[in-house]
Amino acid sequence: MQLTPRRIAALGLTAGLCMTAVGCSGGDDDTLRVYSGRHYGIEDAFAQFTDDTGIEVEFLTGNDAELRERIQAEGDDTDADAYITVDAGNLAAAAEQGLFQPVDSPILDAAIPAELSDPEGRWFGFAVRVRTIVYNPDLLSADEAPDTYEELADPEWKGRVCMRVPDNVYQQSLVASLISAHGEEDALRIVTGWADNAELIGNDVLILESVADGLCEVGLTNHYYLAREYEENPDFPVALKWANQADRGVHVNVSGGGVTAASDQPEQAQQFLEWLATDGQDILVAANHEYPANADVAAEPLIADRFGTEFVRDELNASVFGSLNPDAVRLMDEAGYR
Amino acid sequence: MTTTLHREDTASDEPAPTRERPSVSRRFVGGGRTGWTLAALVAAVLVAVPVLMLAASILTPSGDVWAQQWRTRLPGELRNTAVLLVGVAVGTVVLGAGMAWLVSAYRFPGSKQFGWMLILPLAMPSYILGFLTLSTVGRTGPVQDWWREQFGRDAWFPDVESLGGAIITFTLVMYPYVYLLARAALRDQASGAYQAARTLGATRAEASRRIVLPLVRPAVAAGAAIVIMETLTDFATVTYFGVDTVSVGVFQIWRGTYDRDAASEIATLVLAFALLAIGLERVARGRARFAQSTAAGAGIEPIRLRGGRAVLATGTCVLLLLAAFVGPVLRLVLWAIQEQRSVRGTPQIDQFGDYLANSLQLVVFTVVVCITVAVVLANAQRFGRPRLTRFSTRVTAMGYAVPGPVVAIGVILAVVGFDELLGRVGLELPGAVRTGSLLILVYAYAVRFLAPGLTAVESGIGQVSDEVTASARTLGATTLETARRVHLPLTRSALLAATVLVGVDALKELPIVLLLRPFGFDTLPVWVYLLASESRFQQAALPSLSIIAVALLPVALLARRLDRNEP
Repeated sequence: MQLTPRRIAALGLTAGLCMTAVGCSGGDDDTLRVYSGRHYGIEDAFAQFTDDTGIEVEFLTGNDAELRERIQAEGDDTDADAYITVDAGNLAAAAEQGLFQPVDSPILDAAIPAELSDPEGRWFGFAVRVRTIVYNPDLLSADEAPDTYEELADPEWKGRVCMRVPDNVYQQSLVASLISAHGEEDALRIVTGWADNAELIGNDVLILESVADGLCEVGLTNHYYLAREYEENPDFPVALKWANQADRGVHVNVSGGGVTAASDQPEQAQQFLEWLATDGQDILVAANHEYPANADVAAEPLIADRFGTEFVRDELNASVFGSLNPDAVRLMDEAGYR
Repeated sequence: MTTTLHREDTASDEPAPTRERPSVSRRFVGGGRTGWTLAALVAAVLVAVPVLMLAASILTPSGDVWAQQWRTRLPGELRNTAVLLVGVAVGTVVLGAGMAWLVSAYRFPGSKQFGWMLILPLAMPSYILGFLTLSTVGRTGPVQDWWREQFGRDAWFPDVESLGGAIITFTLVMYPYVYLLARAALRDQASGAYQAARTLGATRAEASRRIVLPLVRPAVAAGAAIVIMETLTDFATVTYFGVDTVSVGVFQIWRGTYDRDAASEIATLVLAFALLAIGLERVARGRARFAQSTAAGAGIEPIRLRGGRAVLATGTCVLLLLAAFVGPVLRLVLWAIQEQRSVRGTPQIDQFGDYLANSLQLVVFTVVVCITVAVVLANAQRFGRPRLTRFSTRVTAMGYAVPGPVVAIGVILAVVGFDELLGRVGLELPGAVRTGSLLILVYAYAVRFLAPGLTAVESGIGQVSDEVTASARTLGATTLETARRVHLPLTRSALLAATVLVGVDALKELPIVLLLRPFGFDTLPVWVYLLASESRFQQAALPSLSIIAVALLPVALLARRLDRNEP
């Protein structure tokens, strides 16, 4: 084959592409590598961690469940030292699949309440997200607004409620907590009532907008979406009501993480978790208006002011409703919630 | 990379020894037969392995999951999927072929410009048009807000969050696939025959109906098949519209009940739909194979439209472009400006350069690999054993019918499995072929995007008549020489179309890159995802615009090419 300039160029291009392909793969240095299903604001948090401890962090964001699958499929070869997600269901699933190693840390035990972490110490919750009732104050007074999740299944709310589609992890974990509180049979009855009453909507922001526009009187959303709306418009016409205050308390989900079983540097990974639970709390949760898991850390002013910090939380261990997640998904299918 | 090059080498080593073999088969037997066949088979195996890693679960069916699904969601999902596919297929065929005919056969104000502008929606990822549509004409968008102000809170408005809304959105984003292939066919294949028919005394209508329509039919069918695959594997857009399809069901089982095996079993239903679509495409194409044996004629002489008809034609084009491209882009621009002025700004904008470079790198790799393999496969169909190569080609194209995340997990499993195999004989995979490397990412992209490239290249080679190939071979050219010196130059337009289709698809791709990328390797769609997944749609405006801007480059290139007279 003759060497024409064109062929030389083609060869050069190919060689160049191959070189960059090889060059891009991760090395075996002492950088801490984190798979994160949490996206918003983590970059600042990780940069702060590096400043505080001198440990470099690389992170890979993505969908919770898919990242968990990736860790599992990669097995011993995985680069991940820690896995962080936004939902207890995925944390519980990762623990059940043996992807985490137990961490024995007095710092973590002191900082994180027991109900927000795995009893065997495989994962810990760092940020608290509350899924509760929101309503349009122009259409309903605070007294008229429903008090409990169960009430939303009553026929009187037919056509007046907006809820999230069933593929959402927060809605799934809420249903899982219903199963735990009432048993399968009653939970099925409640969710069937929801399915009859509610318009299902693709995301929490649209639910809030629907309530604001008066298309629904009541909705179920995570609290920080409303905080975000208030941030832009303090007069956003939606109010929040903590659910089930007279009984078990409002459902809280966690964003948390653990050290992977195949981690090359479990000590640094543990140090990272400890930092997230203490010094890193504020930077991790404040930007996204979540409640800190560590009781010694104050909630950021907007939610502290508008929503308050004193309310009854469902103390059901996150690992319990996490493991009930598959049942919750099946139950929603059975209830025709779709 | 290496595998692809190696594949080519296998092909090029072969011709010499078998060159003298007498011609016995129906096709052009002789030089390179084994090599070409082997190359096609290797490509098929490489594509099939990751898919089979998952499909293997069907051997041990999860009976209870199937029973539960049948009792609850599955019937509805099957119905929705069928309606969605038929709706989108009909919509894109009518719109794509109709517009192609309109701009080819008529002249009206702006017809020449519309000719290329109608390709623009190809640059719009469907997931972006999905959230734009909802936030504009959805129940809480400005349009319905205004409507309610005028006519009261309970005024009727068509339900946008519905199957119908999803069908319209998909149609608007994907009609260019049909439009592109139909226009190429109209220009390359139909024009000469049309002229001949007219010379022989056929009326314009007769020539259109009896000559042009059958000649364009295969291209339209191929375009519709691409559209069906894209719609079938979509997950993000249908969720915006609250439409429960089989793909949504697969994800619900996978992500919600953590049962990967059951999810991949249900995913075989997606494959079944794809097979059905491919079968229908074959039927729609008919047995006919049209090759162009002479140079293109003067073309279809366009009729000049006047008065009301001209207004109607121009109006249709303007409306379509407004709905599918200009309107959405304007909305994004407004959001982007608003975000840039606000205190928050667009997150991670300082890394824009990295995102862009990563996206481009990935697109170039994918295009090089896909087009090389597509060219080899298309030629192999001419030179290799007909049955085996045809079978391989079909298998290779199936990757397009598998949802992105399924391909990604399959690829991880395949790589890990291969690593273990090597480990048993004491070898280790080099770092570059580990999971989370760029090489593996490109491999997954190739598995997924070979089909659109192959479709375009195949239709290009289909235009080269058998006689041309035979002449080259009779004159003593080896199969490789024939492929390089005869087939390649004759299919330049098709190669360009293939490059653009694959490149734009690769640029827009999200689930695979999200799941398989190396650390620190974020692309433009990842940037959009990270914001959109937290419902920060306005902040995602600038990233979305950047994807559209980058996709516009190849689209514009193709458009210019399409407008030139000679292929």
